[in-house]
Amino acid sequence: MTGENKGNWWIWKVFWILLGLTTFEVLLGIFKPDFLNNTIFLGTKLLNHVFIVLTLIKAGYIVMVFMHLGFERKQLQWTILLPPFILVPYLLFILFSEGAYAYLMM
Amino acid sequence: MSDTATYGQAWKGGDKPYVASYGKLMMWFFLITDTLTFSAFLAAYGFSRFKFQDVWPKAEEVFTHFPFMHGDHPLLFVALMTFILIMSSVTMVLAVNYGHKMQKEKVILWLSLTIVGGAMFLGSQAWEWAHFIHGLDGVHATLVSNPYGHPLFADYFFFITGFHGFHVFSGVIILIIILINVIKGTYERRGHYEMVEKVGLYWHFVDLVWVFVFTFFYLV
Repeated sequence: MTGENKGNWWIWKVFWILLGLTTFEVLLGIFKPDFLNNTIFLGTKLLNHVFIVLTLIKAGYIVMVFMHLGFERKQLQWTILLPPFILVPYLLFILFSEGAYAYLMM
Repeated sequence: MSDTATYGQAWKGGDKPYVASYGKLMMWFFLITDTLTFSAFLAAYGFSRFKFQDVWPKAEEVFTHFPFMHGDHPLLFVALMTFILIMSSVTMVLAVNYGHKMQKEKVILWLSLTIVGGAMFLGSQAWEWAHFIHGLDGVHATLVSNPYGHPLFADYFFFITGFHGFHVFSGVIILIIILINVIKGTYERRGHYEMVEKVGLYWHFVDLVWVFVFTFFYLV
């Protein structure tokens, strides 16, 4: 179990990671480097892919460390993670295919 | 909590295959359903934005205000709101951590700071909403029309940030109730601070949702 005899440094470590990533995202959002902003990859700007990857990293830290899921049993981890892992990509699939169709049909 | 004490009595109850308490499991299950709800909102937002991409407003051109500052400051205020929420998540983990160590005074301190953070976030959101509704050139933003672009933009903004804000509001109320119990010594007598842990799960989830709202509403 974390936190019982370990002090608080691991909490602040995650805090600095989250703050650093958020600051980086905001700077990218304000300055929009040409390379990232003009390169199109998989139908959208490379910049957006960077935002999404950074967001998923932040989400991972929040869920695994702050919400303590990383220290629970494997079975509990999968029970919690599998439904979103299956259903959210399905939602995204619907979004991309139907959104493109709806746009073309306008 | 020993695994072996109740082993082999599955039909008599008492087994804990996940080695997590009933309350924590139920909080997790609630959070899974809430995850799917927010995913559906954001996916619906993405769908509409995809469909109306030619007339969809750019968030950084809509949200450019910062209190007591003139001119355009895209992303700055929402970055501050994100910072406030991350900070209140940290104070929450600290409260949970001191709960494990049964240090009542420190739990009270960090739980109170978490409530302050939540209240500050709600205040910031009220400010953001007020500016958004105030609109441009005397044209206000409503559910049927707005001066920024497609009407759905305002609808999704009100709905998604409103639903998230209501989660924050409920969280603050629950945190206040738990804080009163901590001060009264309820958990001290119970011998553990698991209740603080459970409300902590909920609070981190609210932060988690904001991380995604921040990305998909303001950055992408």
